[in-house]
Amino acid sequence: MAFSEHRLIFKNIDAPGYTRDIACYQKHGGYEILKKGLAMGGPAIREEVKKSQLRGRGGAGFPTGTKWSFIDPAKTTKPIYLICNADESEPGTFKDRQIIYKDPHQLIEGMILSCFANGVKLAYLYIRCEFTEGWKILEKALAEAKAAGFLGKNILQSGYDLEIHVHRGAGAYICGEETGLIESLEGKRAYPRIKPPYFPAVLGLYMCPTIVNNVETLCNVKHIVEMGGDAYAKIGRPNNTGTRLLCVSGDVVKPGYYEFPCGAITLGQLIFNVCGGIRNGRRLKAVIPGGSSAKVLRAGEVYKIKEKDSQGNLVDREVKLEDLRMDFDSLAAAGSMAGSGGVIVMDDTRDMVECLANISTFYAHESCGQCTPCREGVLWLKKILSRVAEGHGRDEDPALLKDVADRIAGRTICAFGEAAAWPVQSFLGKFKEEFQLRIRRNGAAAKRDTISLTH
Amino acid sequence: MSNCISIPMNPWNHDVAKDEKDLVDVQIDGVWLQMPRGLNVVEAAHRAKKFIPHYCYHPKLSVVGNCRMCLFEMGTPKMGPDRKPILGADGKPEIAWMPRPQIGCATGITPGMGIRTDSPLVKDCRNGVMEFLLINHPLDCTICDQAGECKLQEFSVEYGTGESRFVENKVKKPKNVDLGERIVLDDERCILCSRCVRFSSEVTKDNVLGFVNRGSYSTLTAYPGKRFDNDYSLNTVDICPVGALTSKDFRFQMRVWFLKESKSICTSCGTGCNVTIGSREGKVHRLTPRENEAVNSAWMCDYGRLNFHYLEDKERLQNPLTKAAGEHFPAPWGDALNRAAEGLRKVQPSEIAVVASARMTNEELFVLKRWMDELGVTLVDTVNRPEQGDQFLRSADGNPNTRGAELLGLSHGGRKLSTWGGEIAAGRMKALLVLGGEDVVAAGIPAACLAQLEILIASAILPNATTRVAHVILPGAGFAEKSGSMVNVHGRLQRFSRSIAPPGQAREEWMILRDLREIVTGGNSLHSIEDIWKSMATVIPVFAGLSWGKIGDQGVDLTHSLPAEATAK
Repeated sequence: MAFSEHRLIFKNIDAPGYTRDIACYQKHGGYEILKKGLAMGGPAIREEVKKSQLRGRGGAGFPTGTKWSFIDPAKTTKPIYLICNADESEPGTFKDRQIIYKDPHQLIEGMILSCFANGVKLAYLYIRCEFTEGWKILEKALAEAKAAGFLGKNILQSGYDLEIHVHRGAGAYICGEETGLIESLEGKRAYPRIKPPYFPAVLGLYMCPTIVNNVETLCNVKHIVEMGGDAYAKIGRPNNTGTRLLCVSGDVVKPGYYEFPCGAITLGQLIFNVCGGIRNGRRLKAVIPGGSSAKVLRAGEVYKIKEKDSQGNLVDREVKLEDLRMDFDSLAAAGSMAGSGGVIVMDDTRDMVECLANISTFYAHESCGQCTPCREGVLWLKKILSRVAEGHGRDEDPALLKDVADRIAGRTICAFGEAAAWPVQSFLGKFKEEFQLRIRRNGAAAKRDTISLTH
Repeated sequence: MSNCISIPMNPWNHDVAKDEKDLVDVQIDGVWLQMPRGLNVVEAAHRAKKFIPHYCYHPKLSVVGNCRMCLFEMGTPKMGPDRKPILGADGKPEIAWMPRPQIGCATGITPGMGIRTDSPLVKDCRNGVMEFLLINHPLDCTICDQAGECKLQEFSVEYGTGESRFVENKVKKPKNVDLGERIVLDDERCILCSRCVRFSSEVTKDNVLGFVNRGSYSTLTAYPGKRFDNDYSLNTVDICPVGALTSKDFRFQMRVWFLKESKSICTSCGTGCNVTIGSREGKVHRLTPRENEAVNSAWMCDYGRLNFHYLEDKERLQNPLTKAAGEHFPAPWGDALNRAAEGLRKVQPSEIAVVASARMTNEELFVLKRWMDELGVTLVDTVNRPEQGDQFLRSADGNPNTRGAELLGLSHGGRKLSTWGGEIAAGRMKALLVLGGEDVVAAGIPAACLAQLEILIASAILPNATTRVAHVILPGAGFAEKSGSMVNVHGRLQRFSRSIAPPGQAREEWMILRDLREIVTGGNSLHSIEDIWKSMATVIPVFAGLSWGKIGDQGVDLTHSLPAEATAK
C-alpha cells in the first residue's frame, strides 16, 4: 500500500527546475498571497490563523493563534517584535533547513504576513550559526525581496513598513529556547529567562512584546492566508490541523523528510511503508518520535488512549505502537510527544545503554549552566551513563539515574531540564533489563573498579 | 521620623512591597495570613516567620531564579463555574495545588494563594538542589574562610542528606584566581548564583564580572584584560553565599565563629555606613556592612572597610607622655593631666584655643563644649577634611561628624583656625588644646610657631607633627575602642559601641576631657555615655527627647530638627 505525501510546505522543494531565487518563487505564485494578506488586513489574518487551529511546529505545539492573541497591536504602545526561530538544533530534526536552503522566499512571505498581522515593524530571523550557507541564502533572499518591494518602506503601496534582519547564533542548543534566543539576540549569554515574569508576549526582546515562531509555523501562515483558516483546519485531524513535516533518521531503508497531514498516517505506516521498513532486514526496537528529547517508544508497546467514538463519547482504546497516529495528541497520549517532528528509528542491533549515553552526552554539552538542577544533574547523568557504557556500572546506578533525572525535570528555569531528563527516564523505564544486563555482565570488572572509584 | 534618604544605587528593593497597605489573604503552611500584594514569596514567608532557603536571591539585586533552592509548592483558589473562588468550611478559598514547584523569589503574592514551605515535594526539591550543588564542590571547609557563615554548609546541615551518591570525577576549575586588587576567587567553590555578576552590572555598573563556558563547566571570571577592583568590590565577598570570593585582607586570618560582633558605624567619611566590627581578643579583624536603608543599604566602600589597620599600628600611643628637656617621657595619667591643668591655669581663658575634631563623637564634643563654657574659652574650630567623594557612598566630607561638631557649636569650618598662627606669633594665644588626633601643623600652623606656646596639649592615637612638639600627649581611643554617636552628612544621628579595649593606657577621649575638667574646674563626674546623654538631651535642642537607647541600631533622622543652615548643605 502506497502512501502519497500531501506536500504543502514542501510543495516546490525538490521539484525539478525549482530554484531558490525570487523569480522562480514568483513564477510559482510567490508573494501573491502577500498581496491578498495586505488587502485582508491584520485582524482578519489573525482571525484566520485562530480558526486554522495551527499549532506551533517548534516542539511544544502551542496554538499559534492563541500565542498571537496575547498581543493586541491596537493597544500596545511599545514596539512589537517578531522573531523567526531558525535555530533548528534538536537532534533528529532537519525540516527547517530544507525550507531555508531550498525555498527561502516561502519563509519570508510567511514572515511578512505574520508581521503584518501583528503590527510588527521590525523582525529578526535567528538562524543557528552552523547554517552558514543558509545564512547567505537568507541574506540574498531578503535583499531580493526588498528590491522587489516586498520588504522595507511602504510594502506594495500598502503603507506598511517592515525590516527583517538575519541574526546568527553562536553555536548553542539553548539558543533555540525562545527566551534564551531573545537574550542571545540582545547580545548576552543565552540564559533562558524566568517565566513569570518574562513571558515574551509581555516582556520579550528589549522588554517589548515579542512573538517567537518556528520556521515551519510561519510558512504555514502563508498557506492559511491562501486557503483560509477553515479550509486549513480540514487538513489533518481536529486540534491537530495542517500538515506536518517529519524527519525520519536512523535504521530505516529510506530516511529523509516527508510531509503528511497531521495524524494522516501511523507510526507503523511511516516506518514500514513510507520509509521502506527497517534496513538490513532487522526488526524495529525503538522509536523516538519527536526529536531526541522526546520519550522513547518501545516496539511491541500497547497504549491506552482516550478517544472519541462515533457518538462523541470518550472511550479507552488500546493502540499498538505501529498504529499510533503521527499527531500531537496521539503521541502525547502515548507518553511521548510530536515535538519537532524528528523521528529517530532504532533497530534491534542498537545498544540502548550506548544510545542513551550518546543522548545524555549531547545534553550535558548543551546545558547552559544557569540553573542548578540542569547544570549539575545533566553532567552527572552523562558521567554515570558513560561509566555504565564503558563497563563500570554498579547495581545501584539505574535507580540513581532515575532519581537524578526525576530531580531535574520540572524544577528548572526552562524546558531543557525535561529535554535532558525524559530520555533517561524513558530509556531506563522501558529497557531496564538492558541496563541491568550490561551492569551484571561487567559485574566482575565493575566490582574491581568500584574500589578505585570510591577512593 | 522618616527614612527619607533613599539610596540611588539600588534599582531593586524586593523586601519592600509596592504598597505595604494593599493586603490580601494568603495561606502559608496551612495558616491564613495577610500579606502585601505582589511581595515575593521568600519575603512573605520571612514575614510569616517561615524560612525559604535561597542562594541567588538578594533583595537588592535583580531576580534571576537560578539556584532553585527557593522552590515551594504553590496553590491558587479553586474557581467555581461562576468564576468565583469556592469557599471552604472556614470561609476561606479552597486551594488547588499545582504539581510543579515554583520559585519563591520570582513569585508574587496574589489573593487566596496557597504556599507550602515544608511539604514532602519542597523537601525533596531542596534536598536535590543541595546534592547537585555539592557534587562538584571541593568540600574544603576546613581551609575555607567562609566556613561558619557559609550558606552551603548551613543548608547542607538543614536540608541535605549528609552523604554523597557521587562517585565520578569532579569538574576541575581555576583556583586562587587573582580577580582584583582585594579579591581572590576559587571557581571550584562557586555555585554560579551570579550575585556578584549582578552586583557588578546593577550596583557598581562596571560590568566586569561574567561567566564563561557552559553547563557544569561554567566559570566565573573577569572580563578579559579587566580587573575587578572598583572601590566596592569587597561587597561581593559579603553577598557571595559560599567561599568563592574571599577578601585578601581577611582570608586565613581568623575563623569567623571566633569573632565577636559589635554594631558600629564606619568613621572614614561623612556617610557613616553602618558596620559590624568583627574582633577577637582585642584585635579588629574585619568590618562588614550592616544593613541600613537610610544610609548605606547593604553596602560599603572598600576604603572604609579596610581602614581599621591603623588601630594596631606599632606607633600607637599607649601611654600619656609629658615633655621634659625636649624629650617625651611616659607618665601616669594623673601626672600628665596635672601637668596639662597646671599649664592651663597659668594663662587667661582668652589666651586658650581649642582644636576640636569632627572625628570626635557628639559625647566627647559635648563634654568639651561644657567645660569650655565653664572656663570661658571661646576660641574653637575644627580641621576640614575635603575629599573627592563619589556618586555612591563616599562623601566629599572626610570627617564623620561635621554635622555634630556644627550643632554643638564647635566647628567654624576651619575659618578661625587659619588665623591662629598669627595669634600665637603675636603672643596673644598661649595655650592650645589639639584633640581627636588632629594635626595643626598639617593644617597650616608651623611647628616653630607652636613652640612659642606656653602649653600645647594634644590627644591622639598616633604620633604626628603636632604631638611631636606637644608638652602633654594624651593617648586616645580609635573608633572601635570607644562608644559614642555621630551625625552624618545627611543629618542622621547614629551610635556605635565599643568593640575592643584601647591599647595600653589609652582611654576614650570623653573620659580624658572629664578628668581634665575635674582637675581644672572641678565638677560632677560623668560615669557613662548614658550620663552624658541625660545632660546633652536637656541642653542641645536638637537632641531633646533623645537618649542613648533611643538612637537604636539604625539611628535617628534629625533633618526636621536641625538648624536650617546646617541642613542646607
